[in-house]
Amino acid sequence: MTFSNKFFATLTMLLLCVFAFSSCDDDEMMDSDFDFTGVYDQADQKGRPAINTVFVGESRKDEFNETTPSTMGAAFASAFESRLLALNAGYTTNALGLDATTFTSVLATDVLSVATDKPTTFFDGTNVLTGRTLADDVIDVELLLIFGGPDGSANPGLTSDNVDANDKAFSNSFPYLASPW
Amino acid sequence: MMTKFKITLLTLASMAVGFILFLSADHIDAPKVTDSAQDIADYFAFQNPNNNDNLVFAATVQGLLSPGATADAAFDENTLIEFNIDNDGDNIEDLVIQAIPRDGKMIVFGPVAPSMKGTESSIMSAANRVEAEITLYGESAKTATNNGVTVFAGPRDDPFFFDLGAYSAILGGTATGFSNPGTDTFAGTNVLSVVIEVPKSQLGSATTLNTWVETKLKR
Repeated sequence: MTFSNKFFATLTMLLLCVFAFSSCDDDEMMDSDFDFTGVYDQADQKGRPAINTVFVGESRKDEFNETTPSTMGAAFASAFESRLLALNAGYTTNALGLDATTFTSVLATDVLSVATDKPTTFFDGTNVLTGRTLADDVIDVELLLIFGGPDGSANPGLTSDNVDANDKAFSNSFPYLASPW
Repeated sequence: MMTKFKITLLTLASMAVGFILFLSADHIDAPKVTDSAQDIADYFAFQNPNNNDNLVFAATVQGLLSPGATADAAFDENTLIEFNIDNDGDNIEDLVIQAIPRDGKMIVFGPVAPSMKGTESSIMSAANRVEAEITLYGESAKTATNNGVTVFAGPRDDPFFFDLGAYSAILGGTATGFSNPGTDTFAGTNVLSVVIEVPKSQLGSATTLNTWVETKLKR
């Protein structure tokens, strides 16, 4: 009885040592990096602000989020045009001079253009879509282009949400976003 | 008895608040991934205001976090946050910057030409690598830099501002225009954010880039 207890104790210690040694070897040989293998499937996507929110109907929101931008135009441009005309039946052109078909075919490919040789602004009256800064009032720009007509003066109650700035100041240095509440 | 009644009331009240937050988030744009680590709230791309040589990419996920819920919000190790950059005008990514959390760090690879394009990705783990410790709620921002690429990951104030309530009322036919002043639906709320600053010289020579962010879930 005593002998077999001792035998098992020794065996257990031996096994533990073997495991300990082999894990030491693994650490040295593999540098213990993380697992980055596998395939990752698109679940959500965003380029310009609020495009899906405004232009995609409830039944196709997930489909839009799972579509790669190069195929969005073919799949969604006509739905975007119908949506624009449902939001603003009187749409002719907007402040960029784009008719309904042209405007919505641009929007349906949801990418954010960024200039590498100009200051960044979503739209400052002169520069158009050279990126998006944190402080850009992008919703007012989009409302103006959807509802404001050729010179921005149509539908005055719909061309600004009257929220012009963030509730916390942004930083001028990295990481730029304000600390949390 | 009284205590039990109070607890029930509190539970009901917090359930109601949760329901309202859920509804407002659900109506933004992603029914399937709402309230998950894959739910993108917003995306920004801009030139460093003090250095024309660098571009900044910022993505926010898991929007409408109350301050009380922020400490518990976490990135997901199965969710890749991928910044896509097309530098030849075909809206297909030529370069990606991939951010994947591992063991309390946000590990960022790129910019690098991806081996898979479109809706599927694999992690380009041999590319330039930056490991930034994920900043916890209440900590000051921790950042890391390698080869000119600087990374931050952690909770921030939601930078977005919009009277989403008034917009929904207009769509729903209960209002005919926005209120003045408006009400910022996102005021006082937080998001999880990933901010990456990159030298333009690593993004090709195009004067216009088409860019977007995706979340991708491990299969």
